[in-house]
Amino acid sequence: MQNARDLKEYKGELNGALGNEFLRTAMDNFAMAYRVSRAKAFAGMDVEGLVQDIARGKDQAMARMDELFEEFKKQAERQGVTVHVAKTGQEANEIIGRIAEKAGVKRIVKSKSMTAEETLLNHYLEDMGLNVVETDLGEWIIQLRHEGPTHMVMPAIHLSRYQVAELFSDVTGTKQEGDIQKLVKVARRELRAKYVQAEMGISGGNFAIAETGTIALCTNEGNARLVTTLPRVHVALVGLDKLTPTINDALRVIKALPRNATGQAITSYVTWITGPGECGASPDGKKEMHVVFLDNGRRALAKDPVFSQVLRCVRCGACANVCPVYRLVGGHQYGHIYIGAIGLILTYFYHGREKAKNLVQNCINCGACKAVCVGGIDLLRLIKEVHARIQDEEGHPLQSQLLGMVLKNRKMFHTLLRSARAVQKPVTGGTPYLRHLPMIFARGQEFRALPAIAENAFRDQFEALKPRVATPKYRVALFSGCVQDFVYPEQAVAAVKILAKHNVAVDYPMGQSCCGLPVQMMGEREASRSVAAQNVTAFDPAGYDYILTLCASCASHLKHGYPDILGKDPKLAVKVQQFADRVIDFSSFVHDVLKVEPAEFRADGKKATYHAPCHLCRGLGVTKAPRELIVTGGLEYLPADEEDVCCGFGGTYSMKFPELSAELLKKKLANVEKTGAEVLLTDCPGCIMQLRGGLEAKGSRLEVRHVAEALADRLK
Amino acid sequence: MSDKARLADLMAEKAGLVSAIVTRIKTLDEAFAYTLDVCDKKEACQLLPSGCEADLSAGAGALCDAKLGKIIAAPGLPAEAAKALGDACSAQGVTFITQGMRSHLSGVDIGFTIAEAAIAETGTCVLDSKSEELRLATMICEVHVCVVATSSIRETSSEVESLLRTLCKDAPGYVAFITGASRTADIERVLAIGVHGPLELHILLLED
Repeated sequence: MQNARDLKEYKGELNGALGNEFLRTAMDNFAMAYRVSRAKAFAGMDVEGLVQDIARGKDQAMARMDELFEEFKKQAERQGVTVHVAKTGQEANEIIGRIAEKAGVKRIVKSKSMTAEETLLNHYLEDMGLNVVETDLGEWIIQLRHEGPTHMVMPAIHLSRYQVAELFSDVTGTKQEGDIQKLVKVARRELRAKYVQAEMGISGGNFAIAETGTIALCTNEGNARLVTTLPRVHVALVGLDKLTPTINDALRVIKALPRNATGQAITSYVTWITGPGECGASPDGKKEMHVVFLDNGRRALAKDPVFSQVLRCVRCGACANVCPVYRLVGGHQYGHIYIGAIGLILTYFYHGREKAKNLVQNCINCGACKAVCVGGIDLLRLIKEVHARIQDEEGHPLQSQLLGMVLKNRKMFHTLLRSARAVQKPVTGGTPYLRHLPMIFARGQEFRALPAIAENAFRDQFEALKPRVATPKYRVALFSGCVQDFVYPEQAVAAVKILAKHNVAVDYPMGQSCCGLPVQMMGEREASRSVAAQNVTAFDPAGYDYILTLCASCASHLKHGYPDILGKDPKLAVKVQQFADRVIDFSSFVHDVLKVEPAEFRADGKKATYHAPCHLCRGLGVTKAPRELIVTGGLEYLPADEEDVCCGFGGTYSMKFPELSAELLKKKLANVEKTGAEVLLTDCPGCIMQLRGGLEAKGSRLEVRHVAEALADRLK
Repeated sequence: MSDKARLADLMAEKAGLVSAIVTRIKTLDEAFAYTLDVCDKKEACQLLPSGCEADLSAGAGALCDAKLGKIIAAPGLPAEAAKALGDACSAQGVTFITQGMRSHLSGVDIGFTIAEAAIAETGTCVLDSKSEELRLATMICEVHVCVVATSSIRETSSEVESLLRTLCKDAPGYVAFITGASRTADIERVLAIGVHGPLELHILLLED
């Protein structure tokens, strides 16, 4: 559970988690194993099609939530189920408390329910003097420890067998060893008695199927079967978002949920319960059954034009499984009750701003979550939207306000950069790095050398470089982004060299500025919008075949972010679409459009490995082009492990959370070094800043270069 | 190869992947013999792997004492089949029950069932568990032996959709998709079998 009062306290907790060696190893092993088992589980399936079907099905269902509820209620009531709706978590707890009271219940067994975690149901029932026992092994363990889950599917993933053995020693009153198989059997026996004694069983529900009034549950342990069978009262607590029109819709989700959650084709048990059946523990031989639906904002969410898609979530936990930040710090630091990317969003709606405000800043914007979501939820964008809303509600921090102000005014921004160049001598010591930064800027940044501002900005060199092309094959406008304009102009210069050779006319519209991603990341919506509008206007896209950029982050923001930010502005809607349609990254342009050939390059077989920038491989879906270019350019490509995992840069993220950024970089560089490559190539100046800075700081001689530079160097 | 044979092979393969033990049989009598054989070879209290030897709290430990001798439970079998299995059991001194599962909550050795259908692509048995006795037999047994007629095997879950709908609509309903034994990976992500339900699932593919 995330209860830090402010960012400072939160960062303290993050650093604590970084120091937990067991957690780090467990999470690393998990992240690697998950990737393999997920791929295996989905092998041969049309995953994209399935995701689209699920998204469409869920959207349609959520649009008629009230209607589905009425249908479910009608069907369920006909079987003798009592159906309740709770507007709030407290109301849900009270309803369940009253059911227990009325039925004379003293002991309750529970199977796993995230909704019950959301309402803190156990605390409420325990305060009433009831005995509540979680029967899912992981949930039981964390209940014994009086803590919340750290994963939606594997709630006790943060604990070692020895910690569990210690807990079980307390429970049984005898010393237990750290043998997992034995511990599981101890739980089996201890919990069996609880089922037998309980008068009430509480379950969640993966589906509430309207056409039949059925509650469907996916479990592996089989505890939900005992919970819903042995006690004489069964209460299912489910969110309204679990309303599902038909059995067909449920079966479709079941195709994806276990595969995405744990890499299983299906869970050991899928249980379909329709109405109260026979029950030997009941005086009249019949079960008492209740379904309690929780609203807690879901009804309103279903109508929200931006956020309704969060209701597609099937609680598989995959967005946590692939999140590089979650992998570092674990669930207690990466969620309040709902964990992972979806948790960053849901916390704001279900538990409030106070719980969400720190968490939501801890997204590095790598998009790994969105890429695996079986509901196709645009997690990345929604996290940023929550961040922006919280800032609008609570006031913007001075830092991000200032950045917004500066970026909105291109001339001021560029003047500042130029003045920085003029005064940086004392800190660069004549090297291309800022070596002696005053402490205020350097705090936490020791893990990487930060680059100096270049002597000549790209914009100042462009006129001399501009290819003189009489009958051009393509007309291209170059978008450099700030880093290539002012820090690494040589990368853009390299690109121009290749374009000139291919008879491409290149323009560099001088009115261009920062793409705006940094302010978008910081929740400065107004500045982000303003900068985007300036760029679209500066380019006037209709005059070009392509708008080319060598920065993966800029490219994905220009292509996907801009239509989203400006698309509703009647003055710009057309232009921004034309702009976005023309945006292309360097590797795709050179590989797919210019179709460069090996014969154009002097092959030297230098050993090269590759880092796939998040915003290129996931943001734009470009994976083949750069890797093939490395070979076309005459280098030997040595694939690295986890090439598509974030390098830890994340723009302003690495300034805000330097310790996490440093850890991500450390992992990345270890994988790179393992390949034995002499040069590391990538497609994004931001990544280069991070990777080169990290290697420089550790005194490595491994070079880091943009793919464009590697090609230009070898151009015949 | 006939479609039926292909689906039986697929079922065997996929169920095997999730640690189900799959055997082909030709008659129900073979199924009974198989079951008794499993029962015979099994420790009287196979609670051994399920925690008997572990140091338990007094209450949980007491539950062990409630179970004496070997028990095969087969609620929901057609009368004739029940009689045949029952006779076979008494011949070997095994207690045979078809009801009263709640008196045996500490566990029975074997739960014997016949599935309504199966889903080959996931190795799943589909059981109408409306009867509480039958349901409990599949939950508290240490070994679940489930007969699947090869003619009832479908390739995908979509093909059992209408059966499922019928069973749900015939409420109150309780339908179970069972794939492999009860499992957990909640401690250090290490797979452990038999956390709450059966420790073993045996699927007998009955050629019909």
